[in-house]
Amino acid sequence: MSAFLALLRRDLRLAFAQGGSVGLVIGFFVIAATLFPLASGPERAELARVAPAVIWIGALLATLLSLDRLFQADLEDGGLDLLLLGGAPASVVVLAKCLAHWLSTGLPLVLVSPLLGLLLGLEPVGILMLVKTLLLGTPTLSLIGAVGAGLTVGVRRAGILIAVLILPLYVPVLIFGAGAVDLATLGLDTGPSLALLGAVLLVSLPVGTLGAAAALRLAVL
Amino acid sequence: MLTRLANPTRFLRLADRLLPWLGAATVLAFIAGLVWGLGFAPADYQQGDTVRIMFVHVPAAWLAMFGYSFMAVASFVGLVWKHPLADVAAKAAAPLGAGFCLVALVTGSLWGQPMWGTWWVWDARLTSMLVLFFLYVGYIALWSAIDEPERASKAAAILALVGAVNVPIVKFSVDWWSTLHQPSSVMRLDGPTIDPSILWPLLVNAIAFQLYFVTVLLWRMKAELIGRRVRALTLGLAAREA
Amino acid sequence: MDTVATFLAMGGYAGFVWPSFALTFVVVIGLAIASRRALRKAERQLALLEQSRPARRARPGKAA
Repeated sequence: MSAFLALLRRDLRLAFAQGGSVGLVIGFFVIAATLFPLASGPERAELARVAPAVIWIGALLATLLSLDRLFQADLEDGGLDLLLLGGAPASVVVLAKCLAHWLSTGLPLVLVSPLLGLLLGLEPVGILMLVKTLLLGTPTLSLIGAVGAGLTVGVRRAGILIAVLILPLYVPVLIFGAGAVDLATLGLDTGPSLALLGAVLLVSLPVGTLGAAAALRLAVL
Repeated sequence: MLTRLANPTRFLRLADRLLPWLGAATVLAFIAGLVWGLGFAPADYQQGDTVRIMFVHVPAAWLAMFGYSFMAVASFVGLVWKHPLADVAAKAAAPLGAGFCLVALVTGSLWGQPMWGTWWVWDARLTSMLVLFFLYVGYIALWSAIDEPERASKAAAILALVGAVNVPIVKFSVDWWSTLHQPSSVMRLDGPTIDPSILWPLLVNAIAFQLYFVTVLLWRMKAELIGRRVRALTLGLAAREA
Repeated sequence: MDTVATFLAMGGYAGFVWPSFALTFVVVIGLAIASRRALRKAERQLALLEQSRPARRARPGKAA
């Protein structure tokens, strides 16, 4: 437990420190979403209709961008070997890193998303649902992403490889997440979508941690 | 059986004994399936002769799904029991599955154009097949990105297993999504019942595809095993000369 | 001859049926040929190495 907390604290300090990745990820998210009206035209009704898709895909890509550094930095400075040989199970290390990744990537995305919802003309119910779905969905993105990051750590062109490995696995989160926002703006029942998002999170919790832990052991030992 | 086959030399001997028969059976089954499907099976009263596309489309789709399950099982066996042939089999199956996936997608599109009036429909099955194709691409990309064979095989196995856990979820989510977004006007590719006059040639074609899969899989596994021995020998020679 | 023409016409859907079968044929044959070729190449390399092995073993003896 203490190893978990120490690792979590260290990763968070690094992420939020000067030159950390948090600001960049949010910047990317906002810029990507703002580019969209410039490409499609500013009609409000149309923008509001595609807003859930735009914001969700923006969140997906922003998460993806930060994933290739998840274990890479630790591998390069030798810290990864120490972490894995340090006595704590590899899955605990992965869980701590995922939590730190979510707190420094997913959570800021959730906090910024209402602003983007407003910009794209999403109604208040839609914005509320957007926050809820992102809150439930982004941890899944971190967990599944950790598997891709672990498998490609130390590999050439890891960033683009992670995208190819992981994006197809993000399909359910995207469908349930953006779908629920759609349903909410139409005034329909979103309960099942949210339940399914939660279920996907519950499945990816063991799959992500165990998969990434196995991948890391391969990369290091 | 599986433990007996763990010896690559014994496996190669068995494969050599089986392969001529398998090859001949594949060719015969393909000829029978094609002649039956193209020449004798009746045209559908609604879809006309486009229904014949089914004779390659459906077996290809089955084999694409079978290929991924096969890879996942082989990866599991390789990771858990360290069976030395399992990762060879999984690696050999991936391009075959991806190829069948591609065939299923393109023939589905060629079938959809006259039936639906458009080359691509975001139909639940086509979409899941597309995602499956991406999973194959990722698996093959991971194999080719990692140089050390030992790590590549294990990494690919982990990816295949994580993917296999996700495949049912992806399938379910895509079905869910298509009921959410699709008006019910889209015609389904399969009727609730398939007439026996179509079903039998379909089964013959499916058997042909399956035999083909096994035959080419064995070729690819042989090539991989011999390639590994070559690599080991070259490394040994290099070490002795150094 | 007429029956051949009607067979090839596929009830007006020739443009969809034949490309489907052609593509399947190309992929199936292509994968088979590529796999065969990889197998042949590996077998040739192995044969070459096994030929050269005794020669290499003999060389230290000659030097001695």
